[in-house]
Amino acid sequence: MIPTPDLSHLTSSDYEHVYEPAEDTFLLLDALEEHADELKQMAPLTCLEVGSGSGCVSSFIGQILGSSTLYLCTDINTHACRCTRRTGTQNKVPLEVVHTSFAYPFHARLKHSIDIILFNPPYVPTQMEEMSGAQKLRDIEGSWAGGNDGMQVTNKFLELVDDLLSARGRVYLVALKENNIPEIQTRMANRYKLQSTIVLSRRAGREHLSIICFHR
Amino acid sequence: MVRLITHNLLACHAKGCTSNNFPLAFSNVQIEIREAEFNPEFLKNFIPKIEWKALVDTARQLGDTSLPLEQPEMIDDDFLKNLHHVLLETHVEEGVMTCPNCKHEYPISNGIPNMLLAEHEIG
Ligand SMILES: C[S@@+](CC[C@H](N)C(=O)[O-])C[C@H]1O[C@@H](n2cnc3c(N)ncnc32)[C@H](O)[C@@H]1O
Ligand SMILES: [Zn+2]
Repeated sequence: MIPTPDLSHLTSSDYEHVYEPAEDTFLLLDALEEHADELKQMAPLTCLEVGSGSGCVSSFIGQILGSSTLYLCTDINTHACRCTRRTGTQNKVPLEVVHTSFAYPFHARLKHSIDIILFNPPYVPTQMEEMSGAQKLRDIEGSWAGGNDGMQVTNKFLELVDDLLSARGRVYLVALKENNIPEIQTRMANRYKLQSTIVLSRRAGREHLSIICFHR
Repeated sequence: MVRLITHNLLACHAKGCTSNNFPLAFSNVQIEIREAEFNPEFLKNFIPKIEWKALVDTARQLGDTSLPLEQPEMIDDDFLKNLHHVLLETHVEEGVMTCPNCKHEYPISNGIPNMLLAEHEIG
């Protein structure tokens, strides 16, 4: 058992602005734990988490992989960036946080060279205005508002990810049943020749969540 | 944390800024040195990813002259220790990074670089 990262430094006032780890977060942790041996064997050099929020997921994978991997994190929410940084320190995992949308500043230098990419996106279906408003406001709403089919932020991510992923790399993505997972999988196979498997699925309240793992 | 390893991976991504957009130039920096676990294997594996000239120039600009201008052919422990210190222990906590091409400024505060661009600035 890999321990859940220590989040005792985060308070309810942090969670007013930053996504508090929930069932989706924990499902992603469980998927990474299930793949822990393969991931260690693969010895990834770089790991990128888009939308790192509290920093819980990157700290967790940092506990699995240790100092042989560089951990890059991004978030559009400045509060989230600060929490990620603090959570890294609290768990003695050096997380490099950049305040940006997706991973734009890394594309020039890390083309096809990131070994692990993680994203627990804002996947909840909402009105389009709600999604675009949240992306501009960059606060707590941005952690769930996903627009049509809950896919508007994820779609953008899926367009960008091929450019960053290394030949041996893997992407772990959280998705909801309403996101139409079979369609995501066929699209990524047809457009980018990225194969995928469902690592885990779980029902949490009204949400039916899955972790999709893409690879070349 | 903007450690120099991260700085070596960041480029300007403003609209239309696609050449000479790296490395971002530091100014008004506050630096902190924090010890990190020495992992020679990681460093050896990471060397091919480094833009060497950008790293050495940046380190020198920040006052660290421990790295040779040319990447050495023989990688010994002394070299790896210096590289470790420059890449993983040198943190820029405050300051500004400026694009050498379009001059866009990216501020760093509390060790976090703000690389957000307005919608119309994204390429
Ligand atoms: C569901 S939360 C996940 C947080 C954390 N990774 C976890 O699993 O608990 C989604 C995160 O993505 C961030 N986010 C939303 N849109 C983003 C974008 N365009 N670029 C980067 N991060 C984004 C949000 O601010 C939020 O922190
Ligand atoms: Zn520029």
